[in-house]
Amino acid sequence: MKEEIVIGLEIHIQLMTKAKMFCHCSTDYIGKEPNTNTCPVCLGLPGSLPVLNKKVLEFAIRTAVALNCEINQISRFHRKNYFYPDLPKAYQISQFDIPLGVNGYMEISLPKSKEKHRIGITRVHIEEDAGKLVHEGNIASSSYSLVDYNRCGIPLAEIVTEPDFCSPEEARIFLVKLRSIVQHLGVCDGNMEEGSMRCDANVSLRDAKTGALGTKVEIKNMNSFKAVKKALQFEVDRQKRLLAEGEKIVQETRHWDESKNVTISMRSKEEAHDYRYFPEPDLLPLKVDVKIIGEIRKNLPELPEARRERFIENYQIPKYDAEILTSTKSTGDYYEKTTSLYPNSKVLSNWIMGELMRYLNEEKIEIDESPISPEKLVEMLKLIDEGVISGKMAKDVFEKMFKTGRDASQIVKESGITQITDENKLFEVIDNVIKENPKSIDDFNQGKEKALNFLVGQVMRYTKGRAKPDFVFEAIKQRIKK
Amino acid sequence: MTLNQLTAHEVINLIRKKKITVYEVMHDIFNQIDKVDNLIRAFLVLNKEEALKQAKEIDIKVKNGENLPPLAGVAVAVKDIIATRGTETTCGSKILKGFIPPYNATVINRLKEAGAIIIGKTNMDEFAMGSSTENSAFGPTHNPWDLERVPGGSSGGSTAAVAADESFVALGTDTGGSVRQPASLCGMVGLKPTYGRVSRYGLVAYASSLDQIGSITKDVTDCALIMKVISGHDNMDSTSLNLEVPDYLKSCQAGIKDLKIGVPKEYFIEGIDPEVKDALYKALKIFEKLGANIEEASLPHTEYSLPTYYLIATAEASSNLARYDGVQYGYRAEDYEDLSSMYQRNRSEGFGSEVKRRIMLGTYALSSGYYDAYYLKAQKVRTLIKEDFDKVFSKYDILVTPTSPTPAFKLKEKVSDPLTMYLSDIYTVPINLAGIPAISLNCGYSKSNLPIGLQIIGKHFSEETILRAAFNFEQNNDVEKKKPSITPAKHKGAAE
Repeated sequence: MKEEIVIGLEIHIQLMTKAKMFCHCSTDYIGKEPNTNTCPVCLGLPGSLPVLNKKVLEFAIRTAVALNCEINQISRFHRKNYFYPDLPKAYQISQFDIPLGVNGYMEISLPKSKEKHRIGITRVHIEEDAGKLVHEGNIASSSYSLVDYNRCGIPLAEIVTEPDFCSPEEARIFLVKLRSIVQHLGVCDGNMEEGSMRCDANVSLRDAKTGALGTKVEIKNMNSFKAVKKALQFEVDRQKRLLAEGEKIVQETRHWDESKNVTISMRSKEEAHDYRYFPEPDLLPLKVDVKIIGEIRKNLPELPEARRERFIENYQIPKYDAEILTSTKSTGDYYEKTTSLYPNSKVLSNWIMGELMRYLNEEKIEIDESPISPEKLVEMLKLIDEGVISGKMAKDVFEKMFKTGRDASQIVKESGITQITDENKLFEVIDNVIKENPKSIDDFNQGKEKALNFLVGQVMRYTKGRAKPDFVFEAIKQRIKK
Repeated sequence: MTLNQLTAHEVINLIRKKKITVYEVMHDIFNQIDKVDNLIRAFLVLNKEEALKQAKEIDIKVKNGENLPPLAGVAVAVKDIIATRGTETTCGSKILKGFIPPYNATVINRLKEAGAIIIGKTNMDEFAMGSSTENSAFGPTHNPWDLERVPGGSSGGSTAAVAADESFVALGTDTGGSVRQPASLCGMVGLKPTYGRVSRYGLVAYASSLDQIGSITKDVTDCALIMKVISGHDNMDSTSLNLEVPDYLKSCQAGIKDLKIGVPKEYFIEGIDPEVKDALYKALKIFEKLGANIEEASLPHTEYSLPTYYLIATAEASSNLARYDGVQYGYRAEDYEDLSSMYQRNRSEGFGSEVKRRIMLGTYALSSGYYDAYYLKAQKVRTLIKEDFDKVFSKYDILVTPTSPTPAFKLKEKVSDPLTMYLSDIYTVPINLAGIPAISLNCGYSKSNLPIGLQIIGKHFSEETILRAAFNFEQNNDVEKKKPSITPAKHKGAAE
């Protein structure tokens, strides 16, 4: 049997409103002393009542509109009931039968295909986040659990896709683009590692011949784009192997274990919760004025796709570069800042996509926290243009800048790694090299142009890279010709 | 005659005229509590020290000729399901023993701003589930008219406190009749406002779509006074309506000539006490005498009210009470093996049997596979019941009915038979389902000297109309008003 992969995603994004969803507590909870960012409402104390923060609605509509959803003018909240210590009311206020946004889509482009692939968005709804359990050591070894309610009531938008992904890579590409969209919308910072963007997936296999759908397995606990791809690939392979061995796939929820690179069964369908959803009596139906939807649609900020096209057009850079430079909002912002300070936009994209991203990835730093600011990068590029340092030297200078956060000019001054500008000194070295390599001179005279490069390299070696390669090249050429 | 026997408006006037001090008032109030509350058991917690301190502060204001807020010096007892900052709020349950809220309910803030003095928290059926105050984890409250009888419930402590002159006013909550039924059984005035009229913030939820805070007072004037203070929009409660609060006291002054009164025939069911029926007919004569037109009306879906109520209320309760898991606060069992056994023990040991019965019923009604047949069906019937009222109110201004089918019953008489107990709310439950206001006031006494109540029902936000009707009736009722004499021995006669 030949199988096709069927994947659907459920993404939660934390909405960056100032206040929580139903109370006045701040959403800035990370790193705060446990249980200090709370009030009777988000702690679910007896008698407290929720009042919807209107900004949450605005942010969610913005998200749904950007994902081409229809907005339900009247939607409503439901209670999702289950017991867990991080859920102080023992129910989550969520949306169920009438979500805020429905029937949307997002287009993704795949590397090897010219056509765009349309991913259906089933729904976008809003709900509140839960708290967190904290354990001494880890959950298995600790004899008790502590609860931190600081995250309780943080607004979330849940985005559910149709099962339109045919490979784990497509799912990853979708997520990267979604992150960039929500960043550009200013509704979420999209940080998967810190959990402000979370992703669960449904994976199944379809018989390519008959089109019959296989049993669906839900995958949770994927905390990075890489983890999503690895976990989904693992699950696809696991299901294929089971089918090949004549086994059945069980409907269940599985956890991705990052350290072991496997998915582990959490609970089967029989153990699944009955959430006993019913309409939330403490909140009125959510009415959205058509005018407000129109207003939000009109005022949507530039989205990554449009920005990419603008980069190609305005900065004359390849599509590949533009794609990467708009993959997060802050990368795009960084690039645009540098282009306002420096004329050669391709040189800029090379440096950002090359050296800068390499160091950022190594150190796991976001570009908006880069020790090399756009101004500093541009200052260094100007030193190259002025001939103070060579391109090769610049790479060393760049590394030092990244590690120390200092300006290029300071580093150059202190370490004395400027180019040799004294021509007499250079001629001396050049003459010596010519004297030592008569064979290369012969080769050159017999038409082997490459021999010249060797000689230039020798000069650079003697000067420890501090000679201007162009100057040396011309000087040797003239002398040999003599 | 001691000051505690007066009404709130009488006390307010005397204080303003400097005939009495607030301190003297509080003195008599706490004296009466000392004297009778060991028999009545209306209070769970007293707030004496703070009350006396507030009394002195108001007396200084009086002395200095400062402007006094409308309820300055009025003692208020508060049902223990309404959150009071710094004072234990148990909901009559072991599971919340020791829980001290760090916040006030909105009504408490409004009462305090109006100069009222909170004298203590009153006993109730656990989480407001019951009609006799026997479901309290802290023992029953006794009816001041006959100590062997129940005061009604669930606001039995609040109502008994006012009836026994231990307080001028009390706050209760009414989800299916919990203010009006005890008011009827104790001969007091109890108003359940329109849903959304009074903020629910700080009212510990039993059934969120039905709960309203109401008042228990000795007369209609006091009711109008209190309602003016506690009503109105609150931005902490999304279901509270933004509508101006009228001057209820003023609205009472007009007559009721040409008022159209409907008397729903479905309310004269089998099981209605003949004395209750007689008292109601006599009352209707008085309305007639005052110039009102009385006609028989029909609310055809009345018989479905109780089953509908017991599905919707319990479904919401099963969710509202799920938070009492012993994790953050409240009762924690001594030992347990894991998370699920901790939940199980905390909740099995912390809740009483009626609460557990309703949680189970409600959980069942919401379960997948049963939701449509129970919860959803009940919501549809609720709509039909609402429409019944919409229809009759297109013809009539108010409806007049009995409040409870019987006068106060004996302690333990119905406690082992929940279905019979549920029947005592048969006239009050439909009103909560429809979200409309209703007031219960005394219309007479049984041969054994037990108060009998009359219920006046109005359309949404027509508190002015029902208060006016109640006030006119109260002023013209030919049955002389009595006070209970509280004696520990078997007691049948009235005093004074």
